[in-house]
Amino acid sequence: MRQGFLAKNPSVLWFLLLLALFTLAVTLMAQAGLVSTSLVKTLGKTLCLCLVAVAMDVVWGYCGILSLGHMAFFGLGGYAIGMWLMYARTEAIVAENLAARPIPPTPQEISDAIGSQIFGVVGSSDFPPVWAFAHSLPLQLMAALLVPGLLALVFGWLAFRSRVTGVYLSILTQAMTLALSLYLFQNESGLRGNNGLSGLQNIPGYGHVPQSTISLVFLWASALALGAGYILFAWVVSGRMGSVIRAIRDNEARVRFLGYPVEGFKLFVFTLTAVVAGLAGVLYYPQAGIINPAEVAPIASIYLAVWVAIGGRGRLYGAVIGAAFVSLLSSWFTGGSAPPIDLGVYVIQWTDWWLVLLGLSFVAVTLFAPKGIGGLFDLITARRPVEEERVGDYGPDQGAWRRREGQEEA
Amino acid sequence: MTTLLEVNGVSVTFDGFRAINNLSIQIGEPELRAVIGPNGAGKTTFMDIITGKTKPDEGRVLWGDKGASLLGMSESRIAQEGIGRKFQKPTVFEAQTVAENLGMALKQRRGPLRVLFGRDRGSEAERIAAIAAEIGLADQLTRISGELSHGQKQWLEIGMLLAQDPRLLLVDEPAAGMTPAEREHTTDLLKRAAETRAVVVVEHDMEFVRRLDCKVTVLHEGSVLAEGSLDHVTRDQQVIDVYLGR
Repeated sequence: MRQGFLAKNPSVLWFLLLLALFTLAVTLMAQAGLVSTSLVKTLGKTLCLCLVAVAMDVVWGYCGILSLGHMAFFGLGGYAIGMWLMYARTEAIVAENLAARPIPPTPQEISDAIGSQIFGVVGSSDFPPVWAFAHSLPLQLMAALLVPGLLALVFGWLAFRSRVTGVYLSILTQAMTLALSLYLFQNESGLRGNNGLSGLQNIPGYGHVPQSTISLVFLWASALALGAGYILFAWVVSGRMGSVIRAIRDNEARVRFLGYPVEGFKLFVFTLTAVVAGLAGVLYYPQAGIINPAEVAPIASIYLAVWVAIGGRGRLYGAVIGAAFVSLLSSWFTGGSAPPIDLGVYVIQWTDWWLVLLGLSFVAVTLFAPKGIGGLFDLITARRPVEEERVGDYGPDQGAWRRREGQEEA
Repeated sequence: MTTLLEVNGVSVTFDGFRAINNLSIQIGEPELRAVIGPNGAGKTTFMDIITGKTKPDEGRVLWGDKGASLLGMSESRIAQEGIGRKFQKPTVFEAQTVAENLGMALKQRRGPLRVLFGRDRGSEAERIAAIAAEIGLADQLTRISGELSHGQKQWLEIGMLLAQDPRLLLVDEPAAGMTPAEREHTTDLLKRAAETRAVVVVEHDMEFVRRLDCKVTVLHEGSVLAEGSLDHVTRDQQVIDVYLGR
């Protein structure tokens, strides 16, 4: 009766296998010159988006908390790593320039020079307090995980303790990410306002390494993080913990009467997924090269929910499929690669019409295929709880599920 | 028999309507108690107060040997103290299997980290199997509980209560919608449970209460109208007037 974790979750092995094959294939093709560096970066970024989508699926699809603010945690992770990248690279450039002077520069002069380089664009040269740790990679990496984690912990504690649920909670999370984005837009926030942080693709100390190699390193790092995150979340949503989390989604009050502190469980899930979202941001933005406050705008988190819905809620691989499929399709359509359709009277330019198409597909999936793309896997696996030949209702008594209900729910 | 639960002078008002009016009840341990009364007598509100779902405007609810107050505790804390509740409508987690439902209810530490790291001890499977046998669902363990019949769901919920191993069991209309054979099984389950713990059954059905063969409390307009054996209360003129005579 007792089985190992992987034996009970065969989809994890399949997923890891496919992810490894994908990463290897892209690496080999990139080295053979078949795949451009920019495409490698796009694929690496997509893996990061898949990771944050998996986190979103756990918090929404499993725990039933429709958070429309998880991209805020993703963005915070990106800002944290971006601060170090910018600082360290500017420091190297400044040191090189000042070294040519006859008198060696004092530490204060170096710091001022870095400050005016970074903050000149917002008319300042002083380091704001939030940059206190920007010189240290380990500290900024810790901040990249701790800041989203702490924000989620405090926000979640306040919201869950007041028993805010459902659509009200979704609105609150939207407000959170909107507030963060508006704050970052201000020059006074100390994070360069609407300019954001840029030049993040240049890794300090590795200036001599070509981007084609760096892109592959980040592809591998992203794949590793996605694999590890997938295993972590598959473990969290299995067994007793998974039981309780899904039970909270289905009937929170009943779980409370079983003696489980529901708020604690929600807070755990919310915070853990926020930390993982922060990690995904750490890996994403060096590949994107730039981060600005628009990245944490409310729409970003709504996209995240759309990916998970289209991919299929309540199954981790569904989230991965949704994020990969929709975000790749999105960059194909908006990148101008999609051929315009000439209707004679009107030419459909996909850069304009892609969002309409996405919106329509979202509505269509919600209405006609609530299980999303991931639901297709039910057709080929044995996950068919209803025998085809069953004719009557499920049980012998009133209140038993009718055949139709059983098929819809199971 | 020692006093396990003492409800003392409790009142609750909903929008000006007095659902519970200066209610006082004592439950011993072990004891089987039936609570009856017409619709709106406050039976369900009484359970809501004990389980922490509703906070009373005044009065005391004391629990256990030390007489701790239940009023300041959260629902989950009260459940951990050893009070289990079965709802009128069977509320099992329909998307999960019978074994998963019972497993969640098993008495153990309830914190998120405990649940995450304290996995699958071998004895749990045995306990689940033993409870499933007790409620007559031994061969249904791997079924999705949404597929069970109405009566089976009721038993599953009683099984979940037994798995919690509470000191006080609150059962709201357990026999509603059951066939006569299922009722008999339910009566046996409750009587057996009451040998070692306190069981409070809220019920409409007089025939069912008669089979339970225990002390009866009659509620009316939020307070106790009569208390005693079923024969005693059914002879009470007030009870006949407000309830039985209808």
